[in-house]
Amino acid sequence: MIDLVPIWTVMLGLAVFLYVLLDGFDLGIGILSHFAKEQAWRGAMMDSIAPIWDGNETWLVFGGLGLLTAFPLAFAIIIPAVYFPVLLMLLALIFRGVAFEFRYREAAHRSLWDHAFAWGSTLATLAQGIVLGAFIQGFAVAGRSFAGSLLDCFTPFSLFTGLALLAGYALLGAGWLVLKTEGELHRWARHAGRVALLATLGAILAVSLWTPLRDPAIAQRWFSWPNLVLLAPVPVATAIVALWAWTALRRGADWMPFAAAMLLFLLSYLGIAISLWPLIVPHAFTLWQAASAPRTQAFLLLGTLFLLPVILIYVGWSYWVFRGKLRVGIGYH
Amino acid sequence: MHLDPVLLSRLQFAWVIAWHILLPAVTVGLASYIAILEGLHLLTGRALWLAISGFWTRIFAVCFGMGVVTGIVMPFQFGTNWSRLSDVAGDILSPLLGYEALTAFFLEAAFLGVLLFGRKLVPPWVHFAAALMVAGGTLFSSFWILAANSWMQTPAGYEIVDGRFEPADWLAVVFNPSFPYRLLHTVTGFYVTTGFIVIGVAAWLIRRTRFGAEGRAMLSMTLWLLSLSVPLQIFLGDQHGLNTLEHQPAKLAAIEAHWQTERRMPLTLFALPDEAAETNRYAIELPLLGSLILTHRLDGAVPGLEDFPRDARPPVAIPFFSFRIMVGIGLMMLALVVTSWILRLRGRLFAPWFLGACQLMAPLGLVAVIAGWVTTEVGRQPWTVYGLLRTADSVSPALTGGDVLLSLLAYILVYLLIYPTGLLVMGRFVRAGPLGQDAAAPIAGGQREAPVAALPRRDGEAP
Repeated sequence: MIDLVPIWTVMLGLAVFLYVLLDGFDLGIGILSHFAKEQAWRGAMMDSIAPIWDGNETWLVFGGLGLLTAFPLAFAIIIPAVYFPVLLMLLALIFRGVAFEFRYREAAHRSLWDHAFAWGSTLATLAQGIVLGAFIQGFAVAGRSFAGSLLDCFTPFSLFTGLALLAGYALLGAGWLVLKTEGELHRWARHAGRVALLATLGAILAVSLWTPLRDPAIAQRWFSWPNLVLLAPVPVATAIVALWAWTALRRGADWMPFAAAMLLFLLSYLGIAISLWPLIVPHAFTLWQAASAPRTQAFLLLGTLFLLPVILIYVGWSYWVFRGKLRVGIGYH
Repeated sequence: MHLDPVLLSRLQFAWVIAWHILLPAVTVGLASYIAILEGLHLLTGRALWLAISGFWTRIFAVCFGMGVVTGIVMPFQFGTNWSRLSDVAGDILSPLLGYEALTAFFLEAAFLGVLLFGRKLVPPWVHFAAALMVAGGTLFSSFWILAANSWMQTPAGYEIVDGRFEPADWLAVVFNPSFPYRLLHTVTGFYVTTGFIVIGVAAWLIRRTRFGAEGRAMLSMTLWLLSLSVPLQIFLGDQHGLNTLEHQPAKLAAIEAHWQTERRMPLTLFALPDEAAETNRYAIELPLLGSLILTHRLDGAVPGLEDFPRDARPPVAIPFFSFRIMVGIGLMMLALVVTSWILRLRGRLFAPWFLGACQLMAPLGLVAVIAGWVTTEVGRQPWTVYGLLRTADSVSPALTGGDVLLSLLAYILVYLLIYPTGLLVMGRFVRAGPLGQDAAAPIAGGQREAPVAALPRRDGEAP
């Protein structure tokens, strides 16, 4: 039987990346809504994602279940290790999600659910960033289980990656707003995007220096010969995309900032993957060691190969139905 | 005080799933109901069906949103609290859940946006197709999640390799012995639950007189649907019981608080089961009926709890009472449906006392769903994978009691805030009535504006 691990690695990588992009921009809208200057803006920001947010969040479920299917050992070690960040994320996502349903209809409590949306998005992002940081720094493992304390995942590094992800999602959210809005809100989104871009670039730089300093294996991966040359395109492309994002936010076409932000995420994502390859539980298990039975991988792969293209087509269609600029100020007033 | 991470993890799972299951109980039924209404509107062009569909779609949206976010909690429970189960049984359970996401979650989410916000943006038949897709999604979702649950209750098609379950035959895994019964019994239960909520709300609308036409249409139509589904549900429940006797006899013995194996078993209507003394106190029994109901024979043998070692028995009192609550509600529902036939024959379907009864019974389906769920889940203890993997061996090893207590309290607080608020929001929709939500909104072409909050502007259209 052919080795399905590389296929599942790509598939899972794609699902997680799609989640980061899609829920990233709508969590980013929530983060930005803290700073909206008018109440009407908050309404418009939420309206711009109301028909699509629950579809975007479905990628989180699929990513989690994909990890459980393809690499159950990794799921069984990593998820308990990040028990409290996951709890925080789930509860924050609850507040943020119901805010869509509760705020339209509850005029009296509108500002309360606006706060739930903003803080829910912020804390869910922070928690995801902490999970990312904890993942990069690795876990204490004994046998087939996590053996550390549930507080191990809270380190200066993971808190920093939490803040970094806030900046990154805000950048994606600003890109989406530039695409979907016009007028005063549009101009504000371009400005907010530039602030978020600077913070994101600072964070990328800091993490790029911090990880090789913490972890000799990662330093070896990037700075040994000939990797230094072979992997050089990643930082170089990041610098070019960063420049493009800056100019796009200043005066580019409306689609450009969002595209540039997505490319920046792709490059950062590739950077992390290169640093950790081939580990799925850093310092403990490789992708192959944590893989499920070939029959398990084959069974879900069969459906995924057939259904994922169909899903991408109808999800794309639903975005197409709601294309175009948002009309600010009409609706529930 | 010693805090047991296993018990607390069980309580946490029970808490988050009991609240979550209420939402699919309503959304599975409402999605199909809305699809029927949209179809009727497309066929007849009557505005009445559209008004009713819009009314329930607003309520559906709230339930669905809450269902999505409380549903995301569920798969993560397998990782945070039940990581041993994930490691040992992940090879079998995870693809079933994966297929739920692939075939159901994406379908529901993508087409719900169009159903809620897209009426003005797509042709009517596409809008109807979106309603069908959402309804289909809820049913696919039930299929896969109940396949996974049923496999844990009656495992099949597996082999054990190095202490882990691995798949041997996927068809046998999915269509394990209890799955067809559980699927039909649960989905029909969801339809009945939704039906009783619909007739309760319809009765209230009729008594308020302002939306009498809509209320009468809803009540009459839904009572026809219940006339089919309530008797069907009782038949399916009986079949599911026979299946449980065959495959999970200890669960069935606990449900009946039945201690000694015997032929000609009586039916225990009420008792206080005493697990220490292995007997029942204050029992009220009807002779022979137990064997008749459970085996469909007067002298059928039913195994008792004493046949099982004490550490392989489920708790008795909880499934005993929860089962009686579920069956009692089922019989009350049947009585109401039969009453509706008599009243319909006499042309008095909208008699005030009957409307009052419909209103009182509106939430009972939800109670029955929880009672049924408690029966089947407590009844399969002390196992997560029946007879093979103990609940105590399934929990994440790294957890301390304090960790789980903290997370359980957090879930309790958040759910106690979210659910009453959701109920309040839905109550507002009900009070506003079928045309009420934004009655002042412009009416274009005989159609009310869709919930316009997210209507994007098309190119060339005036802002």
